Amino acid sequence: MTAEPFFALWVYLAATPLAGLTLTLVMYALAWWCYELTGRHPLANPVLITVVLVIMVLWLTRTSYQTYFAGAQFVHFLLGPAVVGLAVPLAREWPHVRRLAWPIAASLAVGSTVALVSAVGIGWLLGASPVTLASLAPKSVTAPIAMGIAEKLGGLPALAAVFAVSTGILGAALGKFVLDALRISDWRARGFALGLAAHGIGTARSFQVNADAGAFAGLAFALHAMLAAILFPLAYWALV
Amino acid sequence: MSPLLAGLTWLLVFQSAGEALVRLTGMPVPGPVVGMMLLFVALQVRKPLPAAISVAADGLAQHLSLLFVPVGVGVMLHVDRVASEWVPIAAALIVSTVLALAATAWTFQRLARRAEAAAATSRS
Repeated sequence: MTAEPFFALWVYLAATPLAGLTLTLVMYALAWWCYELTGRHPLANPVLITVVLVIMVLWLTRTSYQTYFAGAQFVHFLLGPAVVGLAVPLAREWPHVRRLAWPIAASLAVGSTVALVSAVGIGWLLGASPVTLASLAPKSVTAPIAMGIAEKLGGLPALAAVFAVSTGILGAALGKFVLDALRISDWRARGFALGLAAHGIGTARSFQVNADAGAFAGLAFALHAMLAAILFPLAYWALV
Repeated sequence: MSPLLAGLTWLLVFQSAGEALVRLTGMPVPGPVVGMMLLFVALQVRKPLPAAISVAADGLAQHLSLLFVPVGVGVMLHVDRVASEWVPIAAALIVSTVLALAATAWTFQRLARRAEAAAATSRS
């Protein structure tokens, strides 16, 4: 086969949704293999490895994000039903959750406040532009919700999504070290903190480590998302 | 219908109900989060937990990581802004995430211990 028909075939395949979808799943399988190989080490985060591999392939083949997303959107779409499904672990853990209503409410209030104020405060001190600041504010909230909040604050939704995913990866990767250093031995506390500070990616990490941690992460993720969607715009206007 | 397919169908039905409710009331919460609340209420009424819904929800939760990849790849669109402001961005993301993790976990563990100790003494 000479180079030309091969190139034509590549151009054809790369432009179909099939390519973006296949690339995402193949790279995820590779990343998951690395994650298992390291004994699910937090620094071998599967989201991070997959994103890096996919970007490398897109860059080498000069493929645009729009072309890639035409296929990847089928994976992206499943975020909706996955969030709905978080009601299941929550229902399973409900008897325990009810007994801990006060610790849950208090750590939700403390965690949400610290996440918002510290992100905006540090960014402002180090001279971030107003658009970047408004996009940083909802970084602890899951990407689809962070985008909506950032838009209300005058930030860029796409940039907010990038910050949210970065935060999720950072939280999932660093969580173990921070929580071990603080001697947090309670799996429920570890999961709750990861779900709050690192939303869905922290919740995914929690489920991969411990079932109790996963359920409490899902709870924190959902409560924080609801609270942030309503209160972050108000709090941000008060801060800035 | 296979349990996985039936479960996924239920999740989509609840998501649609959530989206519809958000549209009708204009509340600032995303549709899937409302769908989650509706499913949670339904699961309180209908016990035990339907196996089909468990299969689909647990399957998606196990690989929640995968679902964030398409948005994460979007970082390639913002390389210029991130590169020009990388110091405040990196500092805010790292420090704030560590602080939020620490503050949340510490508050939770302390108050949960106290609540459980109080419950144990009142029972004895």
